[in-house]
Amino acid sequence: MHDVAAHAAHHAPPTSFIRKHVFSLDHKVIGKQYYALALVAALVGMVLSWFMRIHLAWTNAAIPGLQLLSPNGAPGGVMTPEYYLQLMTMHGTIMVFFVLTTAPFAAFGNFFLPIQVGAEDMPFPHFNMMSFWVTFVAFLVLMSSFFVGDGPTLGGWTQYAPLNAVGSVAGPGQGAGVVLWAISIALFCVGQLLGALNFIPTTLDLRVKGMSLMRLPLSAWAWFITSCMGLTAFAVLMPACILVILDHVAGTSFFVASNLVMNDQMLPHSGGSTLLWQHLFWFFGHPEVYIAIIPGIGIVSHILITNMRKPMLSQRVLIYSMGALAVLSYMVYGHHMFVSGMNPFSSLAFSFPTLVITIPSSIVVLIWTFSLYGSKLRINSASLFALGFISMFVSGGVSGFFLAQPSIDIMLHATYFVVGHFHLVMGVAAMFGIFAGTYFWFPKMAGRMMNETLGKIHFWLSFVGAYCIFMPFHYLGMAGNVRRYSTFVDDFLQPLIPVHRFITIAALITGAAQLIFLYNLIHSRFWGAPAPDNPWEATSLEWSTATPPPWDNFGGKHPVVYHDPYQYGVQSSVGDYVMQTSPEQVKTEHEEK
Amino acid sequence: MSQADLTMEVHTTGLTVGPAFSIPTKKLAMWLFIIADTMTFAACLVAYGFLRNGTPDWPRPFHSITNVAIMTFILLTSSLTMLLGLRSARAGDKAGAFRWTMITAAAGIVFALLHIREWMGLINEGMTLFKNPWGTGLFGASFFSITGLHLTHVTGGVIALLVVGVRYKGGRYNADDIEILGLYWHFVDLVWMFVVPLVYLLNLTH
Repeated sequence: MHDVAAHAAHHAPPTSFIRKHVFSLDHKVIGKQYYALALVAALVGMVLSWFMRIHLAWTNAAIPGLQLLSPNGAPGGVMTPEYYLQLMTMHGTIMVFFVLTTAPFAAFGNFFLPIQVGAEDMPFPHFNMMSFWVTFVAFLVLMSSFFVGDGPTLGGWTQYAPLNAVGSVAGPGQGAGVVLWAISIALFCVGQLLGALNFIPTTLDLRVKGMSLMRLPLSAWAWFITSCMGLTAFAVLMPACILVILDHVAGTSFFVASNLVMNDQMLPHSGGSTLLWQHLFWFFGHPEVYIAIIPGIGIVSHILITNMRKPMLSQRVLIYSMGALAVLSYMVYGHHMFVSGMNPFSSLAFSFPTLVITIPSSIVVLIWTFSLYGSKLRINSASLFALGFISMFVSGGVSGFFLAQPSIDIMLHATYFVVGHFHLVMGVAAMFGIFAGTYFWFPKMAGRMMNETLGKIHFWLSFVGAYCIFMPFHYLGMAGNVRRYSTFVDDFLQPLIPVHRFITIAALITGAAQLIFLYNLIHSRFWGAPAPDNPWEATSLEWSTATPPPWDNFGGKHPVVYHDPYQYGVQSSVGDYVMQTSPEQVKTEHEEK
Repeated sequence: MSQADLTMEVHTTGLTVGPAFSIPTKKLAMWLFIIADTMTFAACLVAYGFLRNGTPDWPRPFHSITNVAIMTFILLTSSLTMLLGLRSARAGDKAGAFRWTMITAAAGIVFALLHIREWMGLINEGMTLFKNPWGTGLFGASFFSITGLHLTHVTGGVIALLVVGVRYKGGRYNADDIEILGLYWHFVDLVWMFVVPLVYLLNLTH
């Protein structure tokens, strides 16, 4: 580590292509690399979901080309039930880890956290570079499981025991597939731990003069809180993955109970606990949900304030609420295990904090709503997606009140109700946060403006599409439609097939609408109108530097901060706002201290 | 002054506000690493307790505490020598600091050798990762995993002590680096104080 710190100096920008664009130490390049990784992962995950949706709606329909991916898993293009589960597992793993964690936290956080605190770079650039490349290797390892043996694991992104630990007897992909999955996730944990080791000291130690903690923008606070969670949550998942690998390769049986019979075979393992995996996994897994959403909360607040032209009702309460979400997220993890055979008293103990965690969530939403009330919101792609984020967060969050209660959850847990819940509140909401951040920060990241018309079309198609896809999930769940089934052959599910077809068509259209975003992104990157330094008339530090920012972020100068982050709705020489770096005094300053 | 110090100053002095809570960045990073590592060890020890409570035929194979007591004594003493090394470094006594750091590393090596000797003894008695003559195979799995994780930390610590000690003598590192490494070494020691009662003393033959 001392060696790494020794190279922290930024004496001169690199000149070679590899140092500039591949093994770069620059947090801005690393942020873009994370973004590109998330983009590729999101496309892969989306295509996998298309395959699954088509199969659910038209069971025996052949999907052209799928047999090329797996001749055994999809003979003639028709996927087997096992292959459906394999695609589902990969969809979940890719989306949760390589999209929802990397894009809002690692990508935007890497690019903008150092700039927003006024630093030249992260304190340990070599750790930062390793963080990305370890994550990249983790992604390659996960992808490789498509092509190894009998394909990727079919255990779902939660990889429940004992199926994750007994080997190929549990089905295709449960041998080499699980081992590759566990190696990939363990590597991913290392990458995120290295990231957290950079994010926290950046926030605490590298702030410029005048930048007190309460003067940090809300997005910086969100990344800081998220990195604190990442530091503790990924450190638990990593040993859990290593124990799974040991169960596979070293003959241990941490997660396999004794005398287990599977496919008419008595397994040689003895003595482990299947529930242990769930405890270890969900102790990570629930904080992970908030690792995905808290950066979104910060990004959306940051964007809304800029477009409302006034600060939130209370910056301080918003920050405390994010902190409360982070702390509580560790105490509620057992609500994923109400149907796992825990002691019913444990369910009660986990149900209570789960209901308590709705309080900070509701406070956040109320602050947004009442701050928006009466404001003259500037409508652009970024602010629309920020509003969409709130809508998805509320719609998905409301069903959390139901699921928090064991007596109701026991009915709904294994149904599409839960799938609808988490896709809205964590999947789509976090995606909307990513989109909002992209439309907002793209000018600074790429130096060019994105096309607003295409952005608005993209928003409306995504917004309506997401509701068309995920709202019916709740209805399906209440009608008893079980999840993780590849085909619905039971009589009572037949009337629901048209709903599935509707969802599939909506998913295909909404997915295709993302191509508009992709086109907009690539086209604007090369041919967009050049972006000014501060296109949104915003106040925080990232808008005070050049577009795109120079190698050391502020061109050899150290900015000095004079104001709280969101001085909008004031009268100054430049308009209705004062930048944090402007020494100008204004009459009605918003003070949070 | 080493290159590391020069480069850290770029970030923490001059126009910047300086480190929060008066903690230098490298030291903060070590504390953060220790927090993450605490979670890893806690996960392993809680998992061990979970399995132990849920397994009726959990064995208690240890007959004596002599070996583990000696190991504990050595590791605790090495924390003391680490402190002496830091005190010498703070006082500008380069030779003394180097000597104490090397003594600490030597104590770590002795600890590791005693540990490996104990492992070999257990392996010779028939204990592996998945079976042992006394009861559930989980015992070997948890014992080797937890003590193995700790031994990995000791080994890494010894290597770091040797490297930092030599480079400190050569002038590349200073007393602060020794202090930061000391934090790690004390942490490894502290974790051992949880491993001994939970993994050894609870499994003593009545």
